[in-house]
Amino acid sequence: MSTTQTFEYSRAMPPVDHDDPVQGETMMVNMGPQHPATHGVLRLVVRLDGETMEYIDPDVGFLHRGKEKTCESLGWHKFFPHTDRLDYVQPLLNNIAYAMACEKLAGITVPERGQVVRVLLMEVSRIAAHLIYIGTTSIDLGAVSNFFYSFEQRELIYSILDAYTGHRMNNTYVRIGGVYADVDENVERMLEKFLDEFPEKLQVLERLLTGNRIWYGRNRGVGLVSKENAMAWSLTGPNLRGSGVDWDLRKRQPYCGYETYDFDIPVGTVGDCYDRYLVRMEEMRQSCRIAKQALERLKQTRGAEVLAEDRKYVLPPKALVHRSMEELIFQFKVVTDLCLPVGEAYQAVESSKGELGFYVRSDGTSNPLRCHIRAPGLMNVQAIPLLGNGRLLSDLVAIIGSLDFVMGEVDR
Amino acid sequence: MNPLLRDILVWLVKAGVVYGGLLGVAAGMTLAERKVSAWMQYRHGPNRVGPWGLLQPIADGVKFIFKESLTPDGANRWLFRFAPAIAAVPAMMTVAVIPFGPAVPLPDSWGVPAAFTNLSVTDLDIGLMYLLAIGGLSIYGVILGGWASNSKFSLLGGLRASAQMISYELTLILTILAVVALSGSLSLRGVVEAQPDFWEWNVFHQPLAFVLFSIAAFAETNRHPFDFAECEPELVSGFHTEYSSMRFALFALGEYCAMVVMASLWTTLFLGGYKVPFWENAPWFVCVAAFCAKTSLFLFLYLWVRWTLPRFRFDQLMHLGWKVFLPLALVNLFLTGAAVSYGVDLW
Repeated sequence: MSTTQTFEYSRAMPPVDHDDPVQGETMMVNMGPQHPATHGVLRLVVRLDGETMEYIDPDVGFLHRGKEKTCESLGWHKFFPHTDRLDYVQPLLNNIAYAMACEKLAGITVPERGQVVRVLLMEVSRIAAHLIYIGTTSIDLGAVSNFFYSFEQRELIYSILDAYTGHRMNNTYVRIGGVYADVDENVERMLEKFLDEFPEKLQVLERLLTGNRIWYGRNRGVGLVSKENAMAWSLTGPNLRGSGVDWDLRKRQPYCGYETYDFDIPVGTVGDCYDRYLVRMEEMRQSCRIAKQALERLKQTRGAEVLAEDRKYVLPPKALVHRSMEELIFQFKVVTDLCLPVGEAYQAVESSKGELGFYVRSDGTSNPLRCHIRAPGLMNVQAIPLLGNGRLLSDLVAIIGSLDFVMGEVDR
Repeated sequence: MNPLLRDILVWLVKAGVVYGGLLGVAAGMTLAERKVSAWMQYRHGPNRVGPWGLLQPIADGVKFIFKESLTPDGANRWLFRFAPAIAAVPAMMTVAVIPFGPAVPLPDSWGVPAAFTNLSVTDLDIGLMYLLAIGGLSIYGVILGGWASNSKFSLLGGLRASAQMISYELTLILTILAVVALSGSLSLRGVVEAQPDFWEWNVFHQPLAFVLFSIAAFAETNRHPFDFAECEPELVSGFHTEYSSMRFALFALGEYCAMVVMASLWTTLFLGGYKVPFWENAPWFVCVAAFCAKTSLFLFLYLWVRWTLPRFRFDQLMHLGWKVFLPLALVNLFLTGAAVSYGVDLW
């Protein structure tokens, strides 16, 4: 099947030959930006020949809020809440990616426990994000109840995050140098309970979808992308691994001590929607595994610091701020006028969508000279025509669902 | 009293009961749909209007009436207004031939001699043909609604509906024919009377036809997993995207009425209709209750399947219809016909 795919894809719309009776009968359909299956405000211009899509043009930018420029004008520390709003189904992962880029630039080492907490948060966020993928894709393919089954589990994660960070979404709980506060025992217990029960709950979804003949028929062979094409179109994350490329930043460029955790990277075989689905299902199990190990480590390192001791770049402990004038000044300086050293840094993490990277460049002032966000979602959107051309209109929703992008991140 | 007058009165009462019942059940189905889906999805469903949300259909009706009825620019106004009626009326017409109970004795009073009346609005000798002929018309509502809306999504919905209808009506008719061959009657009451006791039910004699009919019934009524005419993720509700107010409600009403009729037909053809298992001379009200119970079974199946399965893709549906169901139904009909004509008792 992959031989029919071509590396080159012309963005220009093929001209309509009005003398050709068949071509003249094509229909332009404007899917989005308010279309229910486009997962936000994606607009797809589709030329239909009957039910076959002969041309797809994704049109992004409806959710553009100028996040990169906002970072440059707000300053280093105040940008954290904005990172939450990039890929809003996994705010903590975005927080951590940005914080790590800043730490790399400033040369700050995050304490061991802080890194473990970060790993825990990242993996739990990944599970939550993948659950949304399962839920929304099932709705797109008509299995509406699965949406609720997956969101039930996601709600549990959000309750835990609520207990820990005080917010369900948009947590902004990561700081340069670590995380804002330590995980308490109540949160540990909640997490433990969730992680113990989750694989079993995942079985419910698995039973309803994986072996389902209709689900299989809707996904198998749909949205094929070969290994070469996946790499050429810079797909990352589950979309790349679904095509059989064993590339995961957690293994290939370990950060936060991922090399010390025991987990596997699931890869697909042919690179269709079904493979990407299976990869994400397995990734949730692996994330659960990592999170369990991280939780064990948290229990062993109780009482250790989660935020680095560095008065120049890192927030001082809140208890001290309330008591000492010096610390209050440090706090004030870090929040309002943090100046990272001159230089540039790029840090990428494996987010639930792929390689989420922050490129930051400092001229030594309190405002970043440049902040570029390498959003995996944008590359995923680019690939829609590659995957969808020549397929049926019904496949488009399966493809959009399986590419799994969040427009907040694509448009930034 | 004139016997003719009594007959007219009886007929009016029966018609009132049947149509009231059909519309009542159709309205109830809208509530049941939400309640069942809610149970399956850890939700409560409607629970604000009336006890247990029971008055929700009425509230919906009132809301629909008060909504503005929009006609999009460029729509074919006449057809656009006409389509919902075409979609809703046939289902209401076909219910007339469904026998929902046995003959009921009419008492000897007012000087009119005692008599019996059959529990159905009418007993046509060609009831099944009438039902299929009229029931097949309802698809015109969907096609015309999709075409007249001047919306591309609606047009696609209408197109899909017409293709789907042709493919599945064939299977449906072929399975019904097998039952007809077995019963030797095109009258629905005749079909019921040919299944006197439990082991004579056609579901045991025609298991393949039973399965095929059950699946084709989903496609015939445009229900999930074959609801391509609507298909909310890609076609944004398809043929009724542009409809609002009571016109939209009529489409929904038509769909639910068609479901009720199809479920009754299913009961009549395969589950012995109003016959009560293992109780040959059951009183008529028990028979009616049995009929309602069997019909609700299939109505529940409609809901159960809808909220469990993913949706087929359109070409998969056609593949299934033409390459799997149609040959199976043909083979089934051929075998049944051969068995009947040579007098072989397959059972």
